Amino acid sequence: MPAKRIKKTPMLERNAKLRATDFMEVNEGYSKAAAAFEAERCLRCQDPICVAGCPVHIPIPEFIHEIAAGNMPRAAEILRSANPLPAVCGRVCPQEDQCEKVCHMAKRFKPVGIGYLERYVADWERAQPKSEDAKKPTRSQRIAVVGAGPAGLVCAGDLARLGYPVTIYEGLHAPGGVLRYGIPEFRLPNEILDWEIDQLRALGVEIVCNVVVGKTLQLDDLFDKMGYSAVFIGTGAGLPKFLGIPGENFNGVYSANEFLTRINLMQSYKFPETDTPLYIGKRVAVIGAGNTAMDAIRSALRVGAEKGMSIYRRSQKEMTARVEEYHHALEEGVEFHWLTNPIEIIGNDKGMVTGVKCARMELGKQDESGRARPIPIKGSEFVIPLDNIVLSLGNSPNPLLVNNTPGLEKNKHGCLIMKNDTPQTSKKWVYAGGDAVTGAATVILAAGAGKDAAAAIHKDLSEVVV
Amino acid sequence: MPKIIEKRVLTPITKMFRFDAPMIASAARPGQFVILRVREGGERIPLTIADFDAKSGVVTIVVQEVGVTSRILGAHKVGDNILDVLGPLGEPAHIPPGGHVVGIGGGFGSAALWCLMRELKERGDRTTVILGARHDHLLLLIDELREVCDNLELCTDDGSVGFKGLVTERLQQLMDGPGKPDHVIAIGPMPMMRAIANTTRDTGIATQVSMDPLMIDGTGMCGCCRVSVGDDVKFACVDGPLFDAAKVDFDEAVKRNKMYVKEEKLAAERQQKIMEEATHAS
Ligand SMILES: Cc1cc2nc3c(=O)[nH]c(=O)nc-3n(C[C@H](O)[C@H](O)[C@H](O)COP(=O)(O)OP(=O)(O)OC[C@H]3O[C@@H](n4cnc5c(N)ncnc54)[C@H](O)[C@@H]3O)c2cc1C
Ligand code: FES
Repeated sequence: MPAKRIKKTPMLERNAKLRATDFMEVNEGYSKAAAAFEAERCLRCQDPICVAGCPVHIPIPEFIHEIAAGNMPRAAEILRSANPLPAVCGRVCPQEDQCEKVCHMAKRFKPVGIGYLERYVADWERAQPKSEDAKKPTRSQRIAVVGAGPAGLVCAGDLARLGYPVTIYEGLHAPGGVLRYGIPEFRLPNEILDWEIDQLRALGVEIVCNVVVGKTLQLDDLFDKMGYSAVFIGTGAGLPKFLGIPGENFNGVYSANEFLTRINLMQSYKFPETDTPLYIGKRVAVIGAGNTAMDAIRSALRVGAEKGMSIYRRSQKEMTARVEEYHHALEEGVEFHWLTNPIEIIGNDKGMVTGVKCARMELGKQDESGRARPIPIKGSEFVIPLDNIVLSLGNSPNPLLVNNTPGLEKNKHGCLIMKNDTPQTSKKWVYAGGDAVTGAATVILAAGAGKDAAAAIHKDLSEVVV
Repeated sequence: MPKIIEKRVLTPITKMFRFDAPMIASAARPGQFVILRVREGGERIPLTIADFDAKSGVVTIVVQEVGVTSRILGAHKVGDNILDVLGPLGEPAHIPPGGHVVGIGGGFGSAALWCLMRELKERGDRTTVILGARHDHLLLLIDELREVCDNLELCTDDGSVGFKGLVTERLQQLMDGPGKPDHVIAIGPMPMMRAIANTTRDTGIATQVSMDPLMIDGTGMCGCCRVSVGDDVKFACVDGPLFDAAKVDFDEAVKRNKMYVKEEKLAAERQQKIMEEATHAS
């Protein structure tokens, strides 16, 4: 029977002081008992609106029910049938804006820990002997996937399960997209990503790194010269925005992408054991207050910064970071400067950044994003002395592939234009999904888009055959 | 993993490699570059494509041993594989046809002129190459470059061969004489490129320089490679590496390239020691 306990069963977290010095995971996961205990809180509603709140409609009460009943293989099966990356999403999804936000329990108590339970099931699954056998493709139409982020990985996996030979072309030297180069290991250990990728390889998916489509190969080559029947584009939104204020090119000013790529993909925190250096001073500020900003500033503390701050021109209410990440950042000592807008970056004659000049802001009327517009307060300028600045102002889709591909259309934000909300682009047999279509969004939306595209590709190819 | 099929030692610290990379060889154009990595945990470094041949699928690069990666690569032998090679990256050189093009190479920058000048000569442009170095034995690929241009000029600081003086002085002479260039393209150390930019500034001679900022991904994802060009901030890996010399902010570029000198020195010395110990042991 459901148990009406007010609070979510807490998940163990590593001590904030200790963890802020290394890259090991912060959350430790549920024990078997804790998972069963939390699973009992689910009301098994007749009308489970949590399912509607989930971008990929995981049958949430059903998998939670199986946990409570101790039937883990079934729980894993239900979960994975709807979400191909449960171990990743259980860790990085903004549940408080999705399933847990609408959970009936949330009306009077705290919502069921759906994310924690998702993670628990996925981690259980990973500890089991290998679940999927090596498969040989059974179909002749070959499919190419461009980009090995969550959208591309999920699309490739689904198509391989349907029997298609699939090749993923990835520009970087390692697959994973943002999961590899962006999200730090203290939130998403590499081992989890590697396990997911091993599963794909076991399914027969071929992953070719060091190929930028649009440079090394042209998209049309994939059809004309290489004989693929369909192509999925999952190239993400990897183009960093800058502020366009004076001083942005001083040394020690990084885009969040550069900062995080140095740390995650290039493992610069192990320098000189690894070869990519990173300069980190005592006082570091990130400009922005989204997930990426939290990742960057918490990483900065882990690589040796003594003081970490977030500078944000709006207020805490408008912050886009997951609540959990914000709390973790606070616990680890990150300082937040709300309603503070950088207007100039200051440096010395050697070209090193020394600080940032900011103006204080107040909130005005709603702007086009539906949030209160920040307006500068006259005469409020002041300087924050700094050794590093990390710009985390958001990313837009990388124009490289679109610009080099005739017939592929993008909108004014650089996002691919899709045919009537289908996974199909303006080019025949070219499909797309994830951040490349939506602009910077979430892992679960990218995974869901990869899944939908795989289904659409299968349907369209099946129609050709008959 | 591309396999090395030929290695030439050009100077004690400058090596030329040819390796198998059919996809890169058939897509490459003069002016582009590759990014490579030589070991797990290794950094990603950009190197200009010196030459390429779509038919044989072979790419040629020239590397000067300055840091960890270039040292390790320099010790590679024929038959070894290079862990990761990504390319071709960047925008190819765009030079309007029909003019007199002067290509200027300093140090190992001369390698980058190789395929470019050949293509320009083949399409009928008048081509001059000016190579500069301190001494004659530091001039690279002289025979190869002589073959791909109409006129090869050598400059050395000590006069050991050719014109005694800087490439800019020789360039100025050309500009003042009947051999006035329509286009100049300079590839080499930053001080040389800056001096050339100053030489042709306000003369109406279109001048391009090949910028070599620090890079990571090489696809426009990180912004590490940003260069100020006039009022714009450009990413050298996707918008360059060739830029209008008159507009490049060299002061900033020089400072940005020095960002990690301390770390680079430390890592290079550490690597040197490791490699020396390994040779002792064997
Ligand atoms: C630091 C950071 C933290 C984040 N935290 C969260 C979070 O907590 N929760 C959440 O849900 N979301 C988070 N996000 C967003 C989430 O990571 C993205 O929405 C998601 O990864 C998008 O997936 P994708 O497959 O569309 O693209 P990406 O993950 O961006 O992958 C695209 C891949 O394509 C490759 N590629 C690009 N162009 C080419 C080309 N021309 N040829 C070959 N390969 C190419 C790229 O190298 C990359 O590997 C975060 C993002 C960042 C940057
Ligand atoms: S090297 Fe990363 S954007 Fe140019």
